[in-house]
Amino acid sequence: MTSHPGLRLAAESVVLILATFAATALLFALFVAAAGAPPTGVFYDIYLGAFGSWFSWQNTLTRAAPFMLAALCTALPARLGLLVIGNEGALVIGGVAAAAAGISLNGVAPLAVQVGMFVAAAVAGGLWIAGALALRHYRGVNETISTLLLNYLAIALLLWLVGGPLHDPASLNKPSTPSIGSANMLGDMPGMSVHWGLAYGVIACALLFVLFRYTTFGFAARIIGGNVRAAQLNGLAVARITLIVGFLAGAAAGVAGMVEVAAVHGRANESLVAGYGYVGILVAFLARQNLAMIVPVAILLGGIEASGGLLQRHFELPDATTTVLQGTLFMLLLASESLRGRIFPIRVQEAN
Amino acid sequence: MKDHRTSISRRRLLQAAGGLGGLGLVGGLVPTAVWAADTLSIGFIYVGPKDDFGYNQAHAEGAAAIAAMDGTKIYEQEGVPETLEVQKVMESMINFDRTQMLFPTSFGYYDPHIKKIAPKYPDVKFLHAGGLYEEGDPENASSYFGYIDEAQYVAGTVAGHMTQTKKLGFVAAKPIPQVLRNINAYTLAARKVDPEITTQVIFTGDWAMPVKEAEATNSLVNQGVDVITCHVDSPKVVSQTAAERGAYVTGYHVDQSPLAPQQYLTGAEWNWGEIYPRFVKWQKAGKDWPHLYRGGLKDGFVKTSDYGPAVTDAARKAGDEAIAYFMSGEGVIYKGELKDNRGNVVIPAGQEREQTDIQLEKMDYLVEGVIGSTSA
Repeated sequence: MTSHPGLRLAAESVVLILATFAATALLFALFVAAAGAPPTGVFYDIYLGAFGSWFSWQNTLTRAAPFMLAALCTALPARLGLLVIGNEGALVIGGVAAAAAGISLNGVAPLAVQVGMFVAAAVAGGLWIAGALALRHYRGVNETISTLLLNYLAIALLLWLVGGPLHDPASLNKPSTPSIGSANMLGDMPGMSVHWGLAYGVIACALLFVLFRYTTFGFAARIIGGNVRAAQLNGLAVARITLIVGFLAGAAAGVAGMVEVAAVHGRANESLVAGYGYVGILVAFLARQNLAMIVPVAILLGGIEASGGLLQRHFELPDATTTVLQGTLFMLLLASESLRGRIFPIRVQEAN
Repeated sequence: MKDHRTSISRRRLLQAAGGLGGLGLVGGLVPTAVWAADTLSIGFIYVGPKDDFGYNQAHAEGAAAIAAMDGTKIYEQEGVPETLEVQKVMESMINFDRTQMLFPTSFGYYDPHIKKIAPKYPDVKFLHAGGLYEEGDPENASSYFGYIDEAQYVAGTVAGHMTQTKKLGFVAAKPIPQVLRNINAYTLAARKVDPEITTQVIFTGDWAMPVKEAEATNSLVNQGVDVITCHVDSPKVVSQTAAERGAYVTGYHVDQSPLAPQQYLTGAEWNWGEIYPRFVKWQKAGKDWPHLYRGGLKDGFVKTSDYGPAVTDAARKAGDEAIAYFMSGEGVIYKGELKDNRGNVVIPAGQEREQTDIQLEKMDYLVEGVIGSTSA
């Protein structure tokens, strides 16, 4: 092998991804056939439902938007070597904060209300995850467990708030906060029926990619992720960087909650607990915690979910079919990591 | 595969269109096959599985009744959450399957989702279960609902006759008006049989909490309760657990007698198989229907399950009398003087609240004889 090692690594990534997709398609085809549907028809419907028309694209992008923001909540702490799975909780807390801000700012100019909701959601979600990372840094509390438990706390807090202090007396059979007012809603981006959450997601991923790839802050974060002790010995402000990364991670998920309130529901209620946070974890892992890969991976998963309906309606497949596809893809992608470095092994030239 | 031939021809058409549109980025919607002019395409959207022995199955039975009619084609999708997803599913059904009527069945689908999508498709009819339509809502949307507390009243009457311990159990999701009406109607009916009867209620906090529902059922039986009913999305767990523990069961949403063949007494069921074909007939005849369409036993919106084998003659007779009471059109469940379980008078003596009374839709109390609290 004379080719450049970098090229070899890149080629290996491409081969691994393609092999993973091929294996997933094969297994899924077997599953579909066992369920009594024609695999070619199913694959065609997946393409059709996900990317086959402008309507499908809008459907896919709308679903992908919250996944991008939620995925950042796992992918950013992963830079520090931390595994945060509190995406759902931060999203819910962000949504509640946004609704509370929207209601209390009622009467101000819509743009000011929207900015207020954005800031409230980012701060609330940010503090939520930064708090967990503070516990991790100062008290050694396992951040995976604490953020998982914080999800349940967030949902309980949401249900209590919408049934108590923030309850709209008119929302009898589905307890909710009062409406933020239709004038204050975010609306769709020009020329498409996709809300602004998509732009937030893409911009957030791009900005954070630049921050972590090209700045000294990002470099310091990577060093901490590599070896905390070494980072401390080199005088890096580990505590500060950890808390900032936690805040950014939670803020991203919090903004996803704000988008749900400001672009979809117009109020906070149990519909915020839609599982976007958990899909976000999946997206972050599929993207291998690479911030630039989150956007395409989120679109891929959004597309798979967008096509689920057609599979049900045209082939009478159960609604869990797309979950099976996602799960198969996820497992094989993780398993494929074990092949890394073995397809094109780098042979070290022995000294003469 | 119900219509293999049409789906293949549609696929061919789409392939041709796909070729023109490249990746589909160009151009508008993909054309779908042209249906015979007299075929009405109708979409059903469920929040959970349509074979859940509960809320969703009740609606799926209505869908099946429509599918059995001539000149109809139904499209069903289950497991659709009350988020943007339901908006996209509605649009997908309209765009890909050319549905002219949509039944998005979950309570939370209406506001904001149907209200947002309906104005975009003025030629499509949106029918929603929940009775939420208000003045100013989209013209092509309508809302229907059944007074199922009447059927619960009948079930409560039977339960009142069958209980030995004089303790009934009610596993409920949330203390919201629709649920409270059922608990109260059930209890009022049973206490009319014997004023010593009490109903112990346990709120699980959400619509689908199988583990909590099983725990609640077991704990009720442990406390000596011998007839159990529920108001959750799927009564499957409660019915099976209660029957295994030897308690009687009265059902909810649909007939649960297959789950508890010996222990099942009767149950309060939706009768969407009767109501949904009416909408389709009206649509085909070009007739309008009211934006708010509601009724109880008499109007065919709700029904009771057939009596189970354990039901005594006396209980059966009392149940039939309760049904006749509502069928006469004179039936009133809530009459003064009515006290809540904290001793406050909620309906003064001499007053009656008929089913259409708006006050009933704001119910926030549990009547005397219910053990439990509306605040968690």
